[in-house]
Amino acid sequence: MQELPAWSLPATAVDGIELDDEWPAAVTREWAWEGSTGEGVRVCLLDSGVDAGHPLVGAVERSVAVSTDENGEIRVEDDPAGDLCGHGTACAGIVRSLAPGCELVSVRVLGAGFTGSGRLLVAGLRWAVEQGFDVVNMSLSTTKREIAEALHEVADSAYFKKTMIVAAAHNLPVDSYPWRFASVVSVGSHDQADPLAFYYNPSPPVEFFARGVDIEVAWLGGTTIRSTGNSFATPHIAGICALILGKHVGLTPFQLKSALYLTASNVGTGA
Amino acid sequence: MNAAAAAILAQEETHVELLAAIAEAARAIFDAKAASIFLLDEETDELVFEATVGEGSDKLVGTRFPSSAGIAGFTLVTRQPLILDDVASDPRFARDVAEATGYVPQSITAVPLLHGDRTLGVLEVLDRPSRPDDALKELDLLGIFATQAAVALELLRTARGARRALAGSDDLPGRIARLAAAIDDLPDERRAAGLELLAALETLVRGGRSGG
Repeated sequence: MQELPAWSLPATAVDGIELDDEWPAAVTREWAWEGSTGEGVRVCLLDSGVDAGHPLVGAVERSVAVSTDENGEIRVEDDPAGDLCGHGTACAGIVRSLAPGCELVSVRVLGAGFTGSGRLLVAGLRWAVEQGFDVVNMSLSTTKREIAEALHEVADSAYFKKTMIVAAAHNLPVDSYPWRFASVVSVGSHDQADPLAFYYNPSPPVEFFARGVDIEVAWLGGTTIRSTGNSFATPHIAGICALILGKHVGLTPFQLKSALYLTASNVGTGA
Repeated sequence: MNAAAAAILAQEETHVELLAAIAEAARAIFDAKAASIFLLDEETDELVFEATVGEGSDKLVGTRFPSSAGIAGFTLVTRQPLILDDVASDPRFARDVAEATGYVPQSITAVPLLHGDRTLGVLEVLDRPSRPDDALKELDLLGIFATQAAVALELLRTARGARRALAGSDDLPGRIARLAAAIDDLPDERRAAGLELLAALETLVRGGRSGG
């Protein structure tokens, strides 16, 4: 007989929700990710595409592009175009530098112009959640309210399907999404050089600060470029998420966010 | 009516001046070589140079390129501010500026111009001295300029929309405005006759009923 969904918990069922992973009294970085390379973790980059041949990026398991056909229908197809800008490659390189063993997949949602870009963003994220990626890096946002509603739905669905969305916050006083949603991890920048230094912000909506200033990142044509922005802070947290999930398989986004909090540089043992 | 039309045209000019002033202030504050403001033309899905100051700025206003091209385009579609240094090592990074100007910057700081839930354009500051220690402060400061520039762009967009509406397909409001202005300028006696004529015309188009 198929089990009923767990909407309630009778005393006789408590044993059935035992956690796979034993949480120590004090969560340390050593416990959280020491020895992990992110192996076994699937990280999706929702961006401008990724230059798979770049030495700082390494192998890209799959590259797809999201587009609309002549009838306005969304299509997700394998994409040989690589990176149209450099931004996706930069983010991929940062994730790779922290989690060398993880699997990278590129979902290109940018490059077809401004018109319709919000719709492609939602479709790309929906596809990524359907594919069951462990981590989705989104160094981009939208301000359109009708798009935001659809994004919110997909972000909440990701949260319960164990897909951690890591989204770049804004340093402008505007309402943009998805970083403002509680079901994602939102990231702003600090200006220190340590890629593993990250801070929990007790005054959300920006929840974490990671390295985002003057970083040498992978760019088009096998080159590197120095860059600054929350776009590049975000993949630092995505990479750290991959490390944690590589060691503690199957953590929910709630547990993962808790582990991030407990290992942050300004919290507990993270300092 | 004529006064309204004149005001709208004057507003548009003022808003263009305001954009140029914001670009100039951004250039000066960041000690940069140039600054540009781009407006998104949603009808054509293109970015248009609306204001530009500093190197390579001659005759750039009005130049268009696809909305997702170059760093400006990318900033537009991601809605994320960013600073890129050493971009000159590959001109593809800066094709939005470089193709139009022949001037290839070493660094680009780009910030999206957002107003409410609208994405209106991009502000770029080119070749500011690299100051990693102040980068976060610079992005915050640029955000303040971006807010100003976004409001100015929104005003400009609204003024242009009003002008198009005023022009209309047959320019009826414009013709009425010109007629009203001409009557208003007449000597008293002829002005009174002109007003009588207008009243008669109004009665006629209302189907014989008095204008009241």
